[in-house]
Amino acid sequence: MPETPAKETRASEVTRLTNAVTSDVSTGDLRGSTQPAGQVPLIFETGETGRANRYFPNGRSLEEFLPAHVLRGALPLPDNSELEVVRHFTKLSQRTFSIDTGFYPLGSCTMKYNPKVNDAMANLPGFRDLHPFAPDELAQGALAVMYDLQSYLAELFGMAQFSLNPAAGAHAELAALLIAKAHFAKRGTSKERTTVIVPDTAHGTNPASAAMVGYKVVSLKSDARGRVGVEDLRAVLGPDTAVCMMTNPNTLGLFEDRIHEIAAAVHEAGGLMYYDGANANALMGNARPGDMGFDLMHLNLHKTFSIPHGGGGAGHGPVGVAEHLVEFLPTPVVTRRTGGEQPAYALDFERPASIGPMRSFWSNFAHAVRALTYILANGGEGLGEISRLAVLNANYLRVKLRDVLEIPYDEVCRHEFVASAQPLKRATGVRALDIAKALLDRGFHAPTIYFPLLVPECLMIEPTETESKETLDAFAATLRAIVEAARTDPESVTEAPVRTLVGRLDETRAARQPNLRWS
Amino acid sequence: MYTPHTQSDIEQMLETVGVPTLEALLRVPDAVALKRRLDLPEALPETLLVERLNAYALQNKALGHTSFLGAGAYRHYCPPVVGSLAMRGEFLTAYTPYQAEVSQGYLQAIYEWQTYVCLLTGLDIANASVYDGATALAEGAIMAVNATGRRAILVSKAVHPNYRAVLRTYAHGMELEVEELPLAADGTTDVAKLDAKLADKRFAAVALQSPNFFGAIDVPGAAARAALASSGTIPIAVVAEAMSLGALAPPAAWGAQIAVGEAQSFGVAVAYGGPYVGFIAAGTEHMRRIPGRLVGRTVDGEGRPAYTLTLQAREQHIRREKATSNICTNQAHCALIATIYLAALGASGLRRCATLNVERAHALAERVARVPGFTRAFSAPSFNEVAIEVPHGMTAGGVLAALQEKRILGGVDLGRWYPEFGRCMLTAATELTTDAEIEQLGRALEAIVAERKEAVRA
Ligand SMILES: Cc1ncc(COP(=O)(O)O)c(C=O)c1O
Repeated sequence: MPETPAKETRASEVTRLTNAVTSDVSTGDLRGSTQPAGQVPLIFETGETGRANRYFPNGRSLEEFLPAHVLRGALPLPDNSELEVVRHFTKLSQRTFSIDTGFYPLGSCTMKYNPKVNDAMANLPGFRDLHPFAPDELAQGALAVMYDLQSYLAELFGMAQFSLNPAAGAHAELAALLIAKAHFAKRGTSKERTTVIVPDTAHGTNPASAAMVGYKVVSLKSDARGRVGVEDLRAVLGPDTAVCMMTNPNTLGLFEDRIHEIAAAVHEAGGLMYYDGANANALMGNARPGDMGFDLMHLNLHKTFSIPHGGGGAGHGPVGVAEHLVEFLPTPVVTRRTGGEQPAYALDFERPASIGPMRSFWSNFAHAVRALTYILANGGEGLGEISRLAVLNANYLRVKLRDVLEIPYDEVCRHEFVASAQPLKRATGVRALDIAKALLDRGFHAPTIYFPLLVPECLMIEPTETESKETLDAFAATLRAIVEAARTDPESVTEAPVRTLVGRLDETRAARQPNLRWS
Repeated sequence: MYTPHTQSDIEQMLETVGVPTLEALLRVPDAVALKRRLDLPEALPETLLVERLNAYALQNKALGHTSFLGAGAYRHYCPPVVGSLAMRGEFLTAYTPYQAEVSQGYLQAIYEWQTYVCLLTGLDIANASVYDGATALAEGAIMAVNATGRRAILVSKAVHPNYRAVLRTYAHGMELEVEELPLAADGTTDVAKLDAKLADKRFAAVALQSPNFFGAIDVPGAAARAALASSGTIPIAVVAEAMSLGALAPPAAWGAQIAVGEAQSFGVAVAYGGPYVGFIAAGTEHMRRIPGRLVGRTVDGEGRPAYTLTLQAREQHIRREKATSNICTNQAHCALIATIYLAALGASGLRRCATLNVERAHALAERVARVPGFTRAFSAPSFNEVAIEVPHGMTAGGVLAALQEKRILGGVDLGRWYPEFGRCMLTAATELTTDAEIEQLGRALEAIVAERKEAVRA
C-alpha cells in the first residue's frame, strides 16, 4: 500500500535521521560532519627553493650529454618537503565531497559504493607494471581479463561483441557513430545518411558526438508521458536517417516501453539504433538492449560497474555492437584461439574494415580489472539483484518525496527519477539550485539539477542500490525540512550554503575575468 | 553485492512503493523481455575472488623480464607518498566537481595541475585533462581547425604512430585531410621544404613531436619557424614523454601555440596502456576553443577566494552539438596523481630525474654500440630512447625474439610501423635502468651475434 502523506517532520527528527548517516552526532553541526574550515594555500605558495626530497641519486649534469640550446633554463616549480606535500593534499582531500564521505544522489552518474577490493586487484604488480608493448605471449593474463570482460558484457547486454578501446562514455559514442558511418559507407549510402536523431531528454554528449562525425542533429520532443512518441519519430525518419540515439530508461528514469516499435521503425527506415548505456544500472541482468533492437551501445563502466569516478575520470566506456557491425570495431580487438593446451589470447590489429584506434593504447586496463572483479564478486544473479535494488531505492525515495516536491512523471520509475521545484519556485521564489545548495549545508551532495532540459527546475535523483533505507529516510526528511523552510523563511534557503568552506561563487567573474592558473 | 538491504527492509520498502515484488518493478513489454537465464559466472566470496584475480595477474609473464620498453609508455619511479595520497577515498570517489562549495579541495588540485602544465610547457593556459596523448593530439588539431577555418593537418612522420593513427580516426569523422612530413636522415623531421608545403595556406596546423618517436630531440629551426609564422599555420608541439619537460626547452620556446601530450610518466602506472592522462596547453587566444573542463579561480559572495568549473559555454552539457568537443568524463584522477608527483619531486627532483633518464640512455647507447655490428640508427641527440640498428643480415624482430628467450624485453621493432626500418629497434632507459641491466643487454646481444656466427659457419 502506498504510504499515506508523512506526518509533520520536526527539526529534531531531521537531526536524528541525518546524524544516523553522518559522523558528527554530538554537536549536530553538519559542517563539522563533512569538511573542515580554512583555506589551503596553493602548492606554489608553500615550500622553499632547495627543499628537495631525496628520491634519486646524484650524478652528472645534463650539459655533459646534450647541447645547451636544447636544454631548458629555469624550471619554476616549487620545492616542498614530503610532509608539506602530505599535509597539503590531505587537506585538499578533506575539502572534497565523495561517496566515501556521504550520500551522493547525482542523477545519471550512478554514484554507488566503489568496493576497495577492486582497487587492490587493479594494483596487483602483474597488472600495474605490465607494459602495453609486452609481447602477447607474456601478457596472457591481461588479455584474458579484457577478453573475459568483453564477453561477459556481450552476454549481459545482448551484443555480439564489445571493444574496450574507448576511454569513456562520450568517447564510445564517437566510436559508435564512426562505426555507423563506416557501415553506411560500405553500403554506399553515407552521403545520404546524414542525420542523427536525439530525443530532448538525451545527454549533451549525444549531440556533441554526432557533430564530431559531421552528422546533423535532429532533436525529438518527448511526448506527454516523457517518452519518445513512435508517431513523432516516424515524422522525422527518412532516407537521411543514420542513427537514432536512445537512453533506456531515459534520463527521466522512465522505461521507453515502446522501444520495440521504435527500433522497428528506425530499422525500416534503414537507420541504426544506438543505446546510451549511462543508465544500465536500471536493467543489468534483467533486460538487454540487444533484445530491444539496438545495434550499437556504450557502457559507462565507471557508473554501472563500480569504478571510482576519480573526481571526473578516468572512466571506461566500452562500445558494443550487433553481429553485422563487428568488422568495424576499433583496433585492437582481443581474440582468443582455442586448440592448444591453453587458449591463446592476442591483440588483433589486422582488421581492414575497422574505424581504427580511438586512443594511444588498448583500453583503460586498470579499470577493466576493476569491472571484471566486480562482475566476478557479484555473479550473474547478483548483478540482476543489484539493478532490482537500485530500482527499489529510487521508487522508495520517489514515493517518500511525493508530497514534498512535484514529481512530474509519477509512475514506477527505474533507477532514478526527476522532481521539479517549479511549483515551489512560483510560491516562494526558491529554485532547484537553492535546494541543491541547502542540501550541501546538511551534509548531502545535491542531485543533478537542470537536466534533463525539458523539466523546469529539475532535480534528478539517483540513490543507487548501495544506500540503506536509513540514508534514504534521512535524505527525504532533510528535503522535506528544506522545503518547509522555503515556505516559512525562503531566505534561509536562498542564502545556502552557509556552512560550507565557501558560499556561492561569483561565476560571472570566473567567466568574464578568467583566472585559470597561478602566476 | 555491497547492498545493505535486509529482507525486512525490502518488504517495508515494497509496501511503501505499493508494488508486490522486486520483479514487478522492472517489468518490460514481453517483446523485449529476457527469455533465458544469462550465461554468467557464479558470485565469488572475496577470498576466492582475490585468488581468481591473482591467477590472471600471474599469467602476465613479462614481469620476470628485464625491460627496455618505452615508445609512449614509461616505467618511472613513483614515490609511495603519491599513491598513498591519491588513493584517499575522498579523491577516488568524488565526481566532476559540479557543486563547487563542497569540492574546493579537488578543484584546487585541478587548478594546480593546470598551472603545472603551463609552467612545464611555457604556455598560458591548460585544461583539466583529456583521455591520453593521442586524443590530445586529435583535440588539439580540431582546435586549430576551428581557429583557422582550414581543414587539413600536417603531421610529422616522427610523431608516435599510434597518435597519428588516432588523429586519422578522428579526422575521418570530421572529413579533415591529414598529410605527413617526411623524415630527415638524422632521425628528425625533414622541414627543409616546409615553406613550399605551407605556401598554399591549406594547413590548419603542423604537429611536431619532441623527443620524437625515435627518441630524438626534434624542434624546428629558424627557417621552419619563419615558414610557420608567415603561413598562419598553428604549430602544435606533441610531448609523448612528459619527463623530458624537466630537462628540455619547453614547447613555447620554439613557438608552439598549442602543446598536447601524455603525462603518464608523472607517477601514473604503465598498467597495460591505461588509464593515462592527456594534456592540452595553449596561448590565451585559444581559451574559448580548448576542449573539456577548465577550473578557474574566483571569489564567493563574501570575497573569499574559491575555485569553480568555468567557461562551460564551450562544453557539451551547455552547447550540445555546438560544443568544442564531446568530452565529459576525463582523466581527473590521473591528473591528480601527476600533480602530487610533481609536488613531491619539486623542481630539483624533476630535473634530477630527467637528467638521470638522459644519462642512462647514453650509457645504454654506448654499451650497445660496443656490440659488433650494432650502431645508433640516427645521429640527432636524444632524451631517454635510442633507435638501434642491428647488424646486416639480421632483423630487429629477430633480435628482439632472441633477447626474449634470454628474458629481456629489448624494445619495440620499428619495422612494425616503418617498413624501411626493419633493422631498427627502439630501446628506452629511465632512471630505473641499472648498470647491471645495461650490461645484461650488452652481453645478451654479444651472445646473439656469436650464436649467429656459429649458425652461419655450421
Ligand atoms: C546519459 C549520459 N550519456 C552519456 C554520458 C557521457 O559519459 P562519459 O562522461 O563517460 O563520457 C553521461 C555521463 O556523464 C550520461 O549521463
